[in-house]
Amino acid sequence: MDGLRKIVDQLKPTFSKGGKLAKLESTFEAFETFLFVPNKTTHVGSHVRDYMDLKRTMVIVVLAMIPALLFGMYNVGLQHSISIGETWSIMDSFLFGLIKVLPIIVVSYVTGLGIEFAFAQVRHHEVNEGFLVSGMLIPLIVPVDVPLWMVALATAFAVIIGKEVFGGTGMNIVNPALTARAFLFFAYPAQMSGDKIWVEGLSQGEGIVDGYSGATALAEAAAGNMQNLPSVAEMFFGTIIGSIGETSTFAILIGALILLYTGVGNWKIMLSFVVGGFLMGTLLNVFATDTNPYMSLPAYQHLFLGGFAFGAVFMITDPVTAAQTERGKWIYGFLGGFIAILVRVVNPAYPEGVMLAILLVNVFAPLIDYYVVKGHVKRRMKRFAVKA
Amino acid sequence: MSLLSPKEVKLLTNPLNIDNPITTQVLGICSALAVTVKLKPAFVLAISVIAVLTIANVVVSLLRNAIPNRIRIIVQLVVIASLVILVDQVLKAYVYDISKQLSVFVGLIITNCIIMGRLEAFALGNKPWPSFLDGLGNGAGYGVILLIVAFFRELFGSGTVWDYPVFENIGLYSIGYVNNGLMILPPMALIVVGIIIWIQRHYSRELIEK
Repeated sequence: MDGLRKIVDQLKPTFSKGGKLAKLESTFEAFETFLFVPNKTTHVGSHVRDYMDLKRTMVIVVLAMIPALLFGMYNVGLQHSISIGETWSIMDSFLFGLIKVLPIIVVSYVTGLGIEFAFAQVRHHEVNEGFLVSGMLIPLIVPVDVPLWMVALATAFAVIIGKEVFGGTGMNIVNPALTARAFLFFAYPAQMSGDKIWVEGLSQGEGIVDGYSGATALAEAAAGNMQNLPSVAEMFFGTIIGSIGETSTFAILIGALILLYTGVGNWKIMLSFVVGGFLMGTLLNVFATDTNPYMSLPAYQHLFLGGFAFGAVFMITDPVTAAQTERGKWIYGFLGGFIAILVRVVNPAYPEGVMLAILLVNVFAPLIDYYVVKGHVKRRMKRFAVKA
Repeated sequence: MSLLSPKEVKLLTNPLNIDNPITTQVLGICSALAVTVKLKPAFVLAISVIAVLTIANVVVSLLRNAIPNRIRIIVQLVVIASLVILVDQVLKAYVYDISKQLSVFVGLIITNCIIMGRLEAFALGNKPWPSFLDGLGNGAGYGVILLIVAFFRELFGSGTVWDYPVFENIGLYSIGYVNNGLMILPPMALIVVGIIIWIQRHYSRELIEK
């Protein structure tokens, strides 16, 4: 470690003001703080500091996503082997998925971090670590067959229009990873929805078993084919068709435990999101009609389907775009889950409502906070008036 | 002796850049969203707005001393509405297809905030010649933005420029390129306008609000 420190210290003057490569100062700093806890001291006012800086927080979120990612890789191979009617070992499936998923991750990180570094240089601020998480989220929420250039374009769009325009990490209104997905969804509907894109190789149609359908459980449910839905255990453990990282509720729950144990994820938002979704599901059960069998799907099954669990754990809890007040978090999460299931079941044009619901409540979060704070003010004014 | 005095040149050129009706005054956004899917209708609408705005500016400027203050809005609307009907008839007669594509948006020129804004802010207080230049400049400023937005939306949304299949001819589709469906949806027009504003402010720093 000491040797490494020495090398970094020797390089430092070159990148500092007046040095040869002063223009790359923020790039240098990004790598230095990646290796060492920064030793900067603040000069003005008092600051609360601890080791849990932005970089550590982000790394923990990335760690929490690893179970979902690994399972996603395995599932890519598994679904492919089912589609061509073969039985693969776990290792074969995993390696197949690894080769398919890794390029998406690389493209997402290279594009996103490239733009982040460029903006940091131009604006002379530090490189922020926010993209470490977004760059991992994006591959997890796309279908495995998505063309790489689309991933790159969507990532660039999300980082520039979704984040840098508003001032960079910590200033964005909507979740960058979901912005990327929404961009793909509306720009390239043929590559982001339908029955052909979720399983690797299905769109080329070579060697596919006769009568094999690549439809996701959500698509089957939206079409009213309730008998085609996977069993509850399959939904929970995630051996179903879907975006790369979203299928396994089990793997996502491991991530949730990591987030909750370290205090990085907010339990209020997660819980209220699930409650909101469950309540909407129950409500739909009550009003279920014979014409729409989707409405009578047991409410708890909604929580395992599609991207609901993934959204609850990794998307809606994003501290930047969520509501900041404690009461606001309850309202924010609840609304998110509530709308997600409503869109999913009632609107046939969008088989999955989680993405749109979270983006919508992202936009509403500041408004929720505003009224919560106003409510506090009102209550205290009342208390004050009574005493006086 | 040049044709226009420096002040008059400014009337023409300011709306093209630092006083642009769309990017600086943020007026007339609705039509910028609606008709910019392709270049052709955007061009026709831009020409129509230039015509209506220039003539309306001159007419109102001529009438400015005769219009009672209390009913000036109604008088302005009568002038604009008559001109818009004329434009609509001309479009129907000569470019029927595009007129059909533009449908209601030709009629909606009446409610285009740029036109009312220029009549209120300029024509009512200035002589016909400067009013003419102001109308021409603002109409052109509006048209330029419309054409830029339409160019990018048509190129990336449909892969064509002025209905000429550019991307097909250079062989982009055969290597896996797909048209961007978001470009055809109205929100993207707003984002493109936003990017234009961003670039403009990068070069004209005085426009940035404190």
